[in-house]
Amino acid sequence: MPELVIILVKILVAFGALILIAAYMTWMERRVFALVQVRYGPNRVGLAGLLQPIADGIKLMFKETIIPDRADKFLFYFAPAITLIPALAAFAVVPFGDTVTIFGKKVDLLIADVNVGILYIFALSGMGVYGVVLGAWASNSKYPLLGGLRSSAQLISYELSLGLSLLGVVMISGTLSLKGIVAGQANLPYIFLQPVGFLLFLVCMIAETNRAPFDLPEAESELTGGFHTEYSSMNFATYFLAEYCNMVTFSAVAATFFLGGWRGPILPPVVWFLLKILAFMFFFMWLRATTPRLRYDQLMAFGWKVLLPLSILNVIATAVIIVMFDL
Amino acid sequence: MLDVESSQRVERGPSTVPGTEDLVINMGPQHPSTHGVLRVILKMDGETVTDVDCDIGYLHRGTEKIGENITYTMFIPYTDRLDYIAAPSSNLAWVQTVESLFDWEIPPRALFIRSMVAELSRIASHLLWLATHALDIGAMTVFLWCFREREMVLDLFERAFGARLTVNAFRLGGLFQDVPQEFLDDTRAFIEIFPSRIDDYETLLTENRIWLQRTQGVGVISAEDAMDLALTGPILRSTGVQWDLRRAKPYAAYPFLDFVVPVGENGDVYDRYLVRVEEMRQSTRIIEQCLDMLPDGPVSCKTPRTIKPPAGEVYHSIENPKGEFGFYLVSDGTETPYRVRIRPPSFINLAGLKKLSVGGLLADVIAIIGSIDIVLGECDR
Repeated sequence: MPELVIILVKILVAFGALILIAAYMTWMERRVFALVQVRYGPNRVGLAGLLQPIADGIKLMFKETIIPDRADKFLFYFAPAITLIPALAAFAVVPFGDTVTIFGKKVDLLIADVNVGILYIFALSGMGVYGVVLGAWASNSKYPLLGGLRSSAQLISYELSLGLSLLGVVMISGTLSLKGIVAGQANLPYIFLQPVGFLLFLVCMIAETNRAPFDLPEAESELTGGFHTEYSSMNFATYFLAEYCNMVTFSAVAATFFLGGWRGPILPPVVWFLLKILAFMFFFMWLRATTPRLRYDQLMAFGWKVLLPLSILNVIATAVIIVMFDL
Repeated sequence: MLDVESSQRVERGPSTVPGTEDLVINMGPQHPSTHGVLRVILKMDGETVTDVDCDIGYLHRGTEKIGENITYTMFIPYTDRLDYIAAPSSNLAWVQTVESLFDWEIPPRALFIRSMVAELSRIASHLLWLATHALDIGAMTVFLWCFREREMVLDLFERAFGARLTVNAFRLGGLFQDVPQEFLDDTRAFIEIFPSRIDDYETLLTENRIWLQRTQGVGVISAEDAMDLALTGPILRSTGVQWDLRRAKPYAAYPFLDFVVPVGENGDVYDRYLVRVEEMRQSTRIIEQCLDMLPDGPVSCKTPRTIKPPAGEVYHSIENPKGEFGFYLVSDGTETPYRVRIRPPSFINLAGLKKLSVGGLLADVIAIIGSIDIVLGECDR
């Protein structure tokens, strides 16, 4: 029984925190943007605008849900959930702290230590795109359709490189479990052993989360909002929550694989973990504030002609070095 | 709206073989990137554009007809609403057209102030263009940076003429009144800051890999085609043709001013960007010279109480930020014009959209519309 309670508490705390962080990332993004763009950003609701995400959430809940006339109603409602659930669930295997002892019981600070953790994450992040494509298709409208097409094309171009970019780390650590990967970085974070892999993962994760400069599926100035053009109210908010949850999850994965996860001196592990996530989130925002958007065909060419060969080379080079020096 | 070939294809009826069909996309008039109420009907094969059709007129207010019913002086505020991004330029075109029917001697101080304000409006227009063009291609920060400086220009207009957008800057025969000294001081302060701000925009864009990929080789037009389509302004100069009415047919104080007419080479979106950015720098130079050379004296010549030009007709055009902006005016000797015909640069440049964008991708069309730099106020009139 206590086992079950512990798991439930962990799930509640972790997912609650994830959703809260994701919501506050919208605030942070707007503040970071304002900083870059010489303006103030939201600073009226609560201290320094800190209640803004809550106000936005309440506002969106009370908005009317508009469904296009010829939309597929079931899919139209269901698609945002398909995007959100994997974004949340993927976080389950990410360790956010060391083993702690509470009331004399040892508790691992991760929800589930799956021994194929990284495959689980890939499977779920691949699922998320279905929500985008189905939502776009269910809208039965032209701009979302183009957005959905772009999203699926983007997925094909990036998922391979995304997987291959992490393969080097997996080869070095010899495990697919994220807990094991953090354990392997006790002395040296893998960013020093896999710099190319890190850069590749960074690029792929931006594409995977549909963020600028690879935000083609929504491409506001071209597709008036892309896949979510027809969405309003909470359905719209769900898509956005999913996007930010995805960003947080991928930041967490990047931190786990390359920056030693929760490891760090002096500060408690959870704080270190959050700081690393925040650093990646800031990078996301910084990038969106300063770069123009790539074109659809350029993005595909970049994915297939640059990223994929590079990631394959990286895997081969890693393999050769491991075998040669018998690591 | 679609071309003949496609309607024939439709008439063939449903075939038994599953085939493909072009996707017709209606872009605008409520679209974030059509710069106003432009409606573009795109026929697309996947994301490749096969046909482009522009639908304009959503902002038509019958300005030409209005011009026939009111006096020459009363028409000046209507010209504000033609190219409202750079209202003083439109004012200047109208005022000079009417003045060319008389043999008035406009005082030099008025001429220099006119040139200066016209160049300020060029900067304001190009800033808005750069802001929205960069936003269309996804660079959000440039948008707000440009608006920061455009705000400064609008403040200058407010200081001199009491209005920010529809400034009604000039009068027949000169200016309504002399500009205050604070306007001159603030203008000097502005042109001291502004070049470094242009450097800031260029830091974000000019050598940005993504920006280059999105703009170079996109929307290419040759000098011959551009001239055949009567395109003017930066879009013509980007093809390498050095045609600028400030040089070709100097007016106001331009004969006394030293400036370079920048030209491009390839006639693509990127060259249009470079040309306009360089024009902003040149405008800064012109304003500085105007401030240095600004003579003292009256700002208006003696004009009769009622303006009754001698019967006759005239065509006069100036180099608006967007291209050749002209008025064809027929006077019958009465207080109101017999005919006012506007030669709007946006309308004619927009005719080149099909030539520029067929064969490109949807994202290119957005970049091309931005690079043409249209303002629907004068396009629809």
